[in-house]
Amino acid sequence: MIRTTPFHERTAALNETGIWEHWSNHLVATRYQMSEKFEYFAIRNTAGLFDTSPLYKYRVHGPDADRFLAGVLARDIRTCPTGRAQYTVWCDDRGFVVEDGVVLHVAPEEYLLTAAEPNLAWFLALVDGLEVAVDDVSGDWGVLAVQGPKSRELLASLAPDVGRLAYFDVISTTIGGLAVHVSRTGYTGDLGFEIWSHAADAVAVWDAVWGISRGRGVIPFGMTALYMARIEAGLLLLDVDFHSSRFAWTDADRSTPIELGLGWMFRDLATDDRAFIGHEAVRREIAAKSSRWRLSGLILDWQDYDRIFDAAGLIPPKDHTPIQDEYYIYDDELNQLGYATSQLYSPILQRHIALARVPIHLTAPGSRVKLELGVSHRYEYFDAHVARLPLFNPARRTA
Amino acid sequence: MPKSTATSTTFATSKLDRPTDHAWDAIVIGGGHNGLTNAAYLAKAGLRTLVLERRHLVGGAAITEELRPGYWFTTFSYALSLLRPDIIHELELTKHGFMPILMPTTFCPMENGDYLLLGQDHGENHREIARHSKHDADAYDAFNHDVLKVCQAIKPLLDAAPPDIFSDDPEELVALAMLGQRFRRLDKKVLHDAVRLLTGSAADFLDDYFESDILKGYLASSSIIGTKVGPYSQGSGLVLLYHLMGEHDGEFGAWAFHKRGNGGFTQLLARAAESFGVEIRLESPVETVITAGGRATGVALDDGRELHAPIVVSALDPRRTFLELVDPRQLPADLVEAITRFRFQGTSAKVNFALDGYPRYPALGDRTDQYRGFTNIGPSMEYLERAFDEAKYGAFSQRPYLDCAVQSAVDPDMAPPGKAVMSCFVQYAPYHLRASDWDTQRQPLGDTVQATLESFFPGFSDLVIQREVQTPLDIERTVGLSEGNIFAGEFLAPQMYFFRPAPGWSQYRTPIEGYYQCGSGTHPGGCVQVTPGKLAALRILKDRDRARAGTGARV
Repeated sequence: MIRTTPFHERTAALNETGIWEHWSNHLVATRYQMSEKFEYFAIRNTAGLFDTSPLYKYRVHGPDADRFLAGVLARDIRTCPTGRAQYTVWCDDRGFVVEDGVVLHVAPEEYLLTAAEPNLAWFLALVDGLEVAVDDVSGDWGVLAVQGPKSRELLASLAPDVGRLAYFDVISTTIGGLAVHVSRTGYTGDLGFEIWSHAADAVAVWDAVWGISRGRGVIPFGMTALYMARIEAGLLLLDVDFHSSRFAWTDADRSTPIELGLGWMFRDLATDDRAFIGHEAVRREIAAKSSRWRLSGLILDWQDYDRIFDAAGLIPPKDHTPIQDEYYIYDDELNQLGYATSQLYSPILQRHIALARVPIHLTAPGSRVKLELGVSHRYEYFDAHVARLPLFNPARRTA
Repeated sequence: MPKSTATSTTFATSKLDRPTDHAWDAIVIGGGHNGLTNAAYLAKAGLRTLVLERRHLVGGAAITEELRPGYWFTTFSYALSLLRPDIIHELELTKHGFMPILMPTTFCPMENGDYLLLGQDHGENHREIARHSKHDADAYDAFNHDVLKVCQAIKPLLDAAPPDIFSDDPEELVALAMLGQRFRRLDKKVLHDAVRLLTGSAADFLDDYFESDILKGYLASSSIIGTKVGPYSQGSGLVLLYHLMGEHDGEFGAWAFHKRGNGGFTQLLARAAESFGVEIRLESPVETVITAGGRATGVALDDGRELHAPIVVSALDPRRTFLELVDPRQLPADLVEAITRFRFQGTSAKVNFALDGYPRYPALGDRTDQYRGFTNIGPSMEYLERAFDEAKYGAFSQRPYLDCAVQSAVDPDMAPPGKAVMSCFVQYAPYHLRASDWDTQRQPLGDTVQATLESFFPGFSDLVIQREVQTPLDIERTVGLSEGNIFAGEFLAPQMYFFRPAPGWSQYRTPIEGYYQCGSGTHPGGCVQVTPGKLAALRILKDRDRARAGTGARV
């Protein structure tokens, strides 16, 4: 039986399309109105509301919580004091990514960690005598993302301390008199926040946010607009841009954090004395430069794109609908180099863009590759160049 | 006519205002969208380029002004559609904040209280049109397909300078042959439809597809914009085609509202130009183009200062470019005659409102999502034609056609929370009034527009906090567009393509060596395409390369 999220009473009333999809056994809106692109522009121009409650959520607490996470997570949790949050990954012993998520250090010895898929057994197996508890609290919280340039101004009028949050800060505060955690995080690559409210309070928190939003062009947005924003922002999606090492059949379906472009997580590895899971493999990969590829941005050459469609007698399509599937990339002799995992026509960049696994020797921005796409029922090869991620990165995101 | 005909021949006698002023490679007169674009391309190619703008802000007719604290008005030009994608990429506009926001609806109120509301869902649009005519719901798909084919065929003509049909230059003959070949390859029906649209009336074309007044009224509204024609006039088809060719994110006929209006767009265009090294000087009106020995050598400002450059580009309209900035006696008589005959006859006005809230349309109750795109007050072709009738005889329409945009519904930064700004494009408001003048008729026009809106949106007047009226005379005075014509010269077949602005002068040159034209009075015309600015720059650079190569620049 499909479940609904703590905000469903409100989101259901706003979904004009009747189109829903399933996310971790919850109903979520694909889009709320006929135009997902209009929802997307709310994220980039005003603010949008997104119900992100179906994420798996774990509460990690106890005297050894820091020690536990320092050993489990690849990124050093000791650099994340109370009141801070981190985007992080956890790996297996071979240095392959199991999954990614955001960890909020909400109180001393207490963390909240998100994940796209269930990870409780994985974490519990690693407790190994430490004084730490890992609880699945997925159903206890409603999480409302408020994303876009107006999000700070909007939330600060409800909870003034939100206005002072730096990028990846988290605070415990109240909205409409109800206790919430607010983190300056999100999955859109824009200025944005996520509000964690107790499930029973979720509707009241929604009402407070919705109330202050009226007349300001703030609208809820669905999965399609979210995916548009996340591809522009170069944010990874499990089972699209990478797969969990736990369930991969071959290493071809496994990725290291460095291959996923997350090498920045190990900037201080030289002074990091943690024996986190996968640390030896990560050190080896860095020393031997043994990464097989790197997730990079691709920007299609617009003239070549138009030329190929013109030659086929077609009007060059500029479709903002995210394509989250594999398309292959080649060199000029049509030898396969790698593959794109996500792509779309980006309205804010006015270009066709993709996230792609490219060989290390072609990761320098400007390197040329060809992307294979079907045109008029046959494959064509489109010029593209490699670009640094994220492809869209407004100053307000971190300012 | 020029107020003076300075022909300074030596730099020694000129009054340079700073030591660096003789170092310009190119001076562009006018900081509208085409002037800025032209300058950006020239600077990108390495030319030291100066833009001289008469007013205190760039943008020309594409400006946004905060006329009341928190309320931003798109004073004149108010939406984007024909802006060419190549220019967005080549000038790297996205780096500077380019943000064309989708306008997801089109709302067409009717005089009987009903409406046509089109959105982004094909099935919903079909059902909505079927409320008015089941036949037209199906015909709408056929119409769109047929028109799209014409757009696909014609669009490339917008992206290149027209070949010079009067030239013996082999390059021009080849271009002409290629143009002929392109048309020969077209499907017969597509070619015929193209000619029908380019020469015929919108009404004839639309009557072939539709029976519903409201659908025809909505579509025919695009056939009169900025031009002194009614939907039944031959020639309105061309205006319709231009507007259907508008392209936003690959979707033909789609419009977008730029963040902060078209002024937001020209501000970022100025930033892009500056990033390539363009210098922009505001409040620097140019009095005349200085020539010596048949070539341009610089400009004289209103205050008497002179600035020198071997290339001078006018982004002003053809009348100012040929008859005011230079002495027409320097030009061939046939050119002067053609420009003198060039039709401006502006017929559009703007009335902009600051509103206390969103207008209420009784049939839609408290809904406001219908305002996320254009609101089209032109419920039938007859309504439009009757509005035109009055203009034929020198009066403004008593029931005008209105193209309204409640822009704060798309970009909330345009008005305080819960409030609204509404831009209304008004037609017909002929520049030449027979029985009165615009200084007298300005507020009566505003009253007429407001009364018309009141008739569709009861209670509208109670919402009005502030009203701004821009008559064709105001457009001419403020922006400098002759007779207030928004396209810098009408979109009529004899004034397009090979003939824009005059036979033999459609390639951005003038008879004065080093003096070029890049405004909307050149191909492909107005509508914030910014293509004239780009194509003129390509011409200038090509001439410069030829001259350098010693093959002799043709002027």
